[in-house]
Amino acid sequence: MGHKPDGEREPVLSVRRLRVEFPTRHATLVALDDVSFDIAPGEVLGVVGESGAGKSMTGNAVIQLLEPPGHIAGGEIRLMGRRIDDLAEEDFVPLRGRHIGMIFQDPLTSLNPLFSIGDQLVETLRAHLPMSEKQARGRALELLTEVGIPAPETRLDSYPHQFSGGMRQRVVIALALAAEPELIIADEPTTALDVSVQAQILALLKRVCAERGAAVMLVTHDMGVIAETADRVAVMYAGRLIEIGPVKEVIGHPRHPYTEGLMASIPGLAERRERLYQIEGAMPRLAAIPPGCAFNPRCPHAAERCRTERPELLPAGGSRAACWLHDPDNPLPRRASAGDSQEVAR
Amino acid sequence: MLAFLIQRVLQAIFVMFVVALISFSLFHYVGDPVLNMLGQEATEADRAALRAQLGLDQPVVVQFWQFIVNAAQFEFGISYRSARSVSDLILERLPATLELAIISAIFAVVMGIVLGIYTAIQRGSWLSKFIMTASLIGVSLPTFLIGILLIYLFAVELGWLPAFGRGQVVDLGWWNTGLLTASGLRSLILPAITLGLFQLTLIMRLVRAEMLEVLRTDYIKFARARGLSKRVVNLRHALKNTLIPVITIIGLQLGTIIAFAIITETVFQWPGVGALFITAVRFVDVPVMAAYLMMIALVFVVINLVVDLLYYAVDPRLRVQGGAK
Repeated sequence: MGHKPDGEREPVLSVRRLRVEFPTRHATLVALDDVSFDIAPGEVLGVVGESGAGKSMTGNAVIQLLEPPGHIAGGEIRLMGRRIDDLAEEDFVPLRGRHIGMIFQDPLTSLNPLFSIGDQLVETLRAHLPMSEKQARGRALELLTEVGIPAPETRLDSYPHQFSGGMRQRVVIALALAAEPELIIADEPTTALDVSVQAQILALLKRVCAERGAAVMLVTHDMGVIAETADRVAVMYAGRLIEIGPVKEVIGHPRHPYTEGLMASIPGLAERRERLYQIEGAMPRLAAIPPGCAFNPRCPHAAERCRTERPELLPAGGSRAACWLHDPDNPLPRRASAGDSQEVAR
Repeated sequence: MLAFLIQRVLQAIFVMFVVALISFSLFHYVGDPVLNMLGQEATEADRAALRAQLGLDQPVVVQFWQFIVNAAQFEFGISYRSARSVSDLILERLPATLELAIISAIFAVVMGIVLGIYTAIQRGSWLSKFIMTASLIGVSLPTFLIGILLIYLFAVELGWLPAFGRGQVVDLGWWNTGLLTASGLRSLILPAITLGLFQLTLIMRLVRAEMLEVLRTDYIKFARARGLSKRVVNLRHALKNTLIPVITIIGLQLGTIIAFAIITETVFQWPGVGALFITAVRFVDVPVMAAYLMMIALVFVVINLVVDLLYYAVDPRLRVQGGAK
């Protein structure tokens, strides 16, 4: 790979050439193909892309909660240097919660409605740490205080339905962080929340992870969330990683034509436009990913080479992008007309 | 909680009132009992006397009121056929039916839940597929046929178990039980399986379907992501959520077990209330029929009440309205 940010520290999570397949009756669908990235301790990696691009799939593959028949078909996942993708289910169970925590999209459905939040915290703590019931309750109180639940001692025996959405997501964060995992996978943690609550939850997530030095993989389709929270961004398209780099670089100077389109299509509040920019066409279905670069049918710069040869992640400015525009030996020329329309839109 | 209970009890009373009205109307629409009891040769005076004795000469409203007052005291008059008190007849035979129903219910609920969980968790295994296929038999074969097949196999061919009756019964004074003797227990096996098999397969399929549904929910995935073991996730988190809808069906099915004991009791010549009812129908013994109707209605109403209270115990969302504790 060569071009590794935070090269000195050993990454918490290291994913190499990850491939996830879904065998179906007709064909084997490749849901993730050749996905490689690292997350350093204390770092927040944002993972963006359209629905179905494979963002959540990547998170689920790392924590091995893929919906069957989906399964990891190739590549390597290392957690703090230890290979984990080949572990059997019973060997993986102790890792979940203890070393990899996960936060899901909808706090309304993430908590079991029939158990008090105290019960759920205590059982999580005791599943991982040698604690008595009483110690665990004490720790649960601390956790609730930490995530900003007011008057936690009166709330410990409350049930999930007695909390608002934002408060529930705080409880979910407390649960995911209970056993102090080194890696947190947050799968659209604010998508189901009111805009006013989103910022609070993001700030909370960022604070508690920073305090513990936990690495975060933040999956979202919201570039605003990424800009505010992430250190680096990975952009996914049709099950592949197409661009990865520092947040400022990727947002300010997108290198892949898809990322360019993605950035251009974000409406700003300050400006008023007649029409929003949109990328023509739609992301291909998994069963019909075109050969070469998956983005080529929608790409304004696409040339013959893009339809036959698939680009690797290539160094591009401060980032890396999987696009022949950045081929060091033989860069593909940009088409001026397409570039102009982007400028107008921006 | 109290308001909820009072509301449910009032509903139960209303249901019982309606059933009483239907039971009472039996007396007026299912032929004239006096003709049946006295036969062709009786004089008009004999008939009038019997009519007065049975209270049939009173205005309808007065008769209905009397019926309700008596029913509330578990008094259903005299059987037209055996000339004995209906409540005595029922009380005498109730233990046989209740023992049979309770044992079948336990058999059906325990086996149904266990097999339901197993077939949901081990969805792909050949044993699950076999159980699911076999359960179709339980659902589709009529009860009397299952009874006859069991008798043929285990009583006639193999000779392991008795084919009919209750075996040796111990009289405890207020209750006669077959559960204390070996022959009583042996006699219970075939009818209990016959009566419970349909409910078993129904409960099993329901538990399986609900469990599969629950296993797909976010909170199960989150429970797994928190690192809880498979056993805790399946048996603590998934099972409790599975049981909420299952409780209702189980409750209703228990009522059905008692009500449908009629067929099993007939097949196995089981001396229970169901057999009593069949005889009553044959002889147009209206007081027995009315009492049986009221009894079954009461069983259903009570079970429904218990189910509602169980809901309350299991599901915290019903316990607390709003955010206050």
